[in-house]
Amino acid sequence: MVMGTLNQEVETVVIGSGPGGYVAALRLADLGKDVVLVEERERPGGTCLLEGCIPSKSLINAVELSEAAKHADRMGLSFGKLEVDHRKLRAWTDDVVATLSGGIKGLLAKRGVEVIHARARFADSRTLSLEGGGTLSFQNCIIATGSSLNRLPAGIDNSVWSSADALRLPEVPGSLLVVGGGYIGLEMGLVYAGLGTQVSVVEFFPRLLMGADHDLVDVMVKQVTKRMHEVMTESKVMSITPRDDGFDVVIEHGGKTVEKRYDRVLVAIGRRPNTDDLGLEHTKVQVDERGVIATDEECRTAEKHIFAIGDVAAGPMLAHKASREGKIAAEAIAGHKVAFDNRAIPAVVFTDPEISWCGLTERYAEETGVAINVGKFPLSALGRARAIGRTEGFVKVISEPETDLILGMGIVGPHASELISEGALAIEMGATLADLTDTIHPHPTLSEAVMEAAEVAAGTAVHVHRRG
Amino acid sequence: MFEFKLPDLGEGIHEGEVLKWHVQPGDVIEEDAPLVDVETDKAAVTIPSPRGGTVSATTGEVGDVVETGQVIAVIDDGSGAAAAPARPTGRAAEETPVGLPEEEPAPAPAAAAAPARRTETQPNSAVPGRPVPAAPATRRLARELGVDINALAGSGPGGRVQPADVRAAAGGGAPAAPAAKAQATVESPQTRVAADAGAMIPFVDLEPLPDFSLQGPVEVEPLRSIRRKVARKMTTSMVLVPHVAHMDEADVTELEEFRVRMREQRQGRPGGKLTLLSFVIRAVTAGLRAAPAFNASLEPFKEELIYKKYYNIGFAADTGKGLVVPVIKGTDVKSINEISAEIEEKAALAREGRLPVDDMQHGTFTITNVGPLGGTALIPTINYPEVAILGMGRVQEKPVVRDGEIVIRKMLPLTLAFDHRVADGADAARFVGELVRNLSDPNLLLLDT
Repeated sequence: MVMGTLNQEVETVVIGSGPGGYVAALRLADLGKDVVLVEERERPGGTCLLEGCIPSKSLINAVELSEAAKHADRMGLSFGKLEVDHRKLRAWTDDVVATLSGGIKGLLAKRGVEVIHARARFADSRTLSLEGGGTLSFQNCIIATGSSLNRLPAGIDNSVWSSADALRLPEVPGSLLVVGGGYIGLEMGLVYAGLGTQVSVVEFFPRLLMGADHDLVDVMVKQVTKRMHEVMTESKVMSITPRDDGFDVVIEHGGKTVEKRYDRVLVAIGRRPNTDDLGLEHTKVQVDERGVIATDEECRTAEKHIFAIGDVAAGPMLAHKASREGKIAAEAIAGHKVAFDNRAIPAVVFTDPEISWCGLTERYAEETGVAINVGKFPLSALGRARAIGRTEGFVKVISEPETDLILGMGIVGPHASELISEGALAIEMGATLADLTDTIHPHPTLSEAVMEAAEVAAGTAVHVHRRG
Repeated sequence: MFEFKLPDLGEGIHEGEVLKWHVQPGDVIEEDAPLVDVETDKAAVTIPSPRGGTVSATTGEVGDVVETGQVIAVIDDGSGAAAAPARPTGRAAEETPVGLPEEEPAPAPAAAAAPARRTETQPNSAVPGRPVPAAPATRRLARELGVDINALAGSGPGGRVQPADVRAAAGGGAPAAPAAKAQATVESPQTRVAADAGAMIPFVDLEPLPDFSLQGPVEVEPLRSIRRKVARKMTTSMVLVPHVAHMDEADVTELEEFRVRMREQRQGRPGGKLTLLSFVIRAVTAGLRAAPAFNASLEPFKEELIYKKYYNIGFAADTGKGLVVPVIKGTDVKSINEISAEIEEKAALAREGRLPVDDMQHGTFTITNVGPLGGTALIPTINYPEVAILGMGRVQEKPVVRDGEIVIRKMLPLTLAFDHRVADGADAARFVGELVRNLSDPNLLLLDT
């Protein structure tokens, strides 16, 4: 670690050490470039590791353990009453994060990547000025500054939780209102519900998880609502008023207005790319009104030697998309001929059951009038799903009718997040239904459902009843 | 928008190589201003812009081959919209805005669901301009080899582009785009045969060349235009055709006396140069009528012999820019004088690079006369798909035996290289023997032919 020195000249600078930035820095080092990584925070890892995917997954895992224990009763196993020590759970999560962040630090050090802890802003298209003094002049720069939670409107008490606050597990409230029925609202809602909180969800749209195919969401919602106190769709939060012992929340639902009292309120109002305070106005880098930097397929901005990856570039704000872009930008800087030409960015929701999909969705096919062939296989017909007592859900494979090319896949059920990778590979490879049906899938596993769904699409399935 | 298609560059010319763009996308061009230099097998031409306006796109890098009728430039002349030349959909097209009003925070990327509007390309869907199905490694290979993978028709299931498709496209010669593929079949089956066959010949091992510059100074010049055309034709011929060479000498003492006498009389008149070649063309034509196999072509796919009942004799001309073979057509109905005049005219045009394409095509037999440059004997390579080629060496005075006496005669070395699939050694011996007899006596030549 080196503190910002005066007027340093470097080959390549990466701003931000999240899953986009640190991957880019490591790849650049492996390609023989001198790399300086500028990170504002004390630890590397970005939102994903420090206050995102990793802590949330460790909490979700804990809750799923308790759920499994509850349901083990029908298998003849009982564990008595659940007791939660949220401090210990928090410590466990902190430990997971610390270990992984330390790992990144070690990787960077081993590669000889110089890490400067400072905030960087562009002074011009070749120079970064570092807060606290010093400048870095660079040949190439990768902007990987990620995104931040949007701020709450003025006047609303700051004791309302953001998702980052909720992840820190400050307490286990008696009741919690989650504003926003998207993936974060649902994931965090399920965590607190699992810890014993009475959770309610308010969603503005008629459906939860608006982006996903309805058939996937329906299966999940049916399970999730069992654990929630109340799920209010087509509802709007009119006001949140802090009281000594909680919050009075006015909710408009179906033309009626109700006021309810909750111990805690978790509000999720989106993220914005961290591009506002980067000094980009001193460069020709183009930023739109949403704060998104325009890039080409090599992740280059309008300044050809400045790249933008991850949440600051267009596309879904996902760690795996950022990492891929980080590698592309690094290889482009090294002179390789590369491009972000991916056809499938898997989307994963860690509800219980999980939902995942990639490539073409049925919804998109309907909207655009693309002809598709859909093969669906229910987990209830799968040996392994029966054996683990998790038969809710299905796998669907979407293919092109004429060519049998696999265009999309959607999964709802246990381990959907793991199973979707086969779909992503199939789509990227330009695989056909026959490629999936003719690949031997191990028995008895949930992965057989992927093969079976392809069999259904191909009309060769033996494990479903034939119509007519 | 105006789509400018590569115009017809002459009969039989279907493609040209981009030598130089005079403009770049974004430039403003005036009507009739130089747009692009294209070199065909025949010559380099500068193609002017048919419209004035802003150049919004061009197709073909320097060194790329563009085909007649292909859109090579899109010029924004203020008229209506036109589709730009087919290009892979760029990243920008994929970037649908992310618009979920009550969007929740996404601190957990791996956990995150994509927003309502997907941003990835909808893969492989039956939408025009969709990316072709191809594995990521194949796409990477295409990028490294500079091949536009979206222009390829994949040979794999569902139209999937395979690494071999990409390598074929990168290797030149064996185009992989569907349109180009169809044309190649019609135009030049020999190219395809050679490309496919080369890979299957046992012991053929094309290793990369060593770095010669390590041994001493070198100059590297790209193989282009006529040189490349010759390379293709000769490789095809040598790989495909089992060559046999039959050699003899013609006593042209009397023919030369006659020729020199006639030339003096006819000086200044068309055909007045009256070269030996014109007599040889006449004699060869007579020989071909008697031995049709040497005026035939072998159709290798249908396994048929095609006997041509017309006689078009090409002669190799060294133009300074490369080898060109002007063709004298209908030599069976032309006088030696006419043939001589045509040789003069076409050789001159060829040297100036102005010989019409049609005058270089449709030959049925070729003669190469390196005699004027020297050489006692040569083994020429057949001008495929012809069956035979005659090589002429230098006429020299030589001691020869006539009626038991050594006399000095003017001797013309001749070599007939022929396709052994079509004819045999005895055929060649008879053909060349007749040729030698005809050339040794001008009277015979005039009578018999």
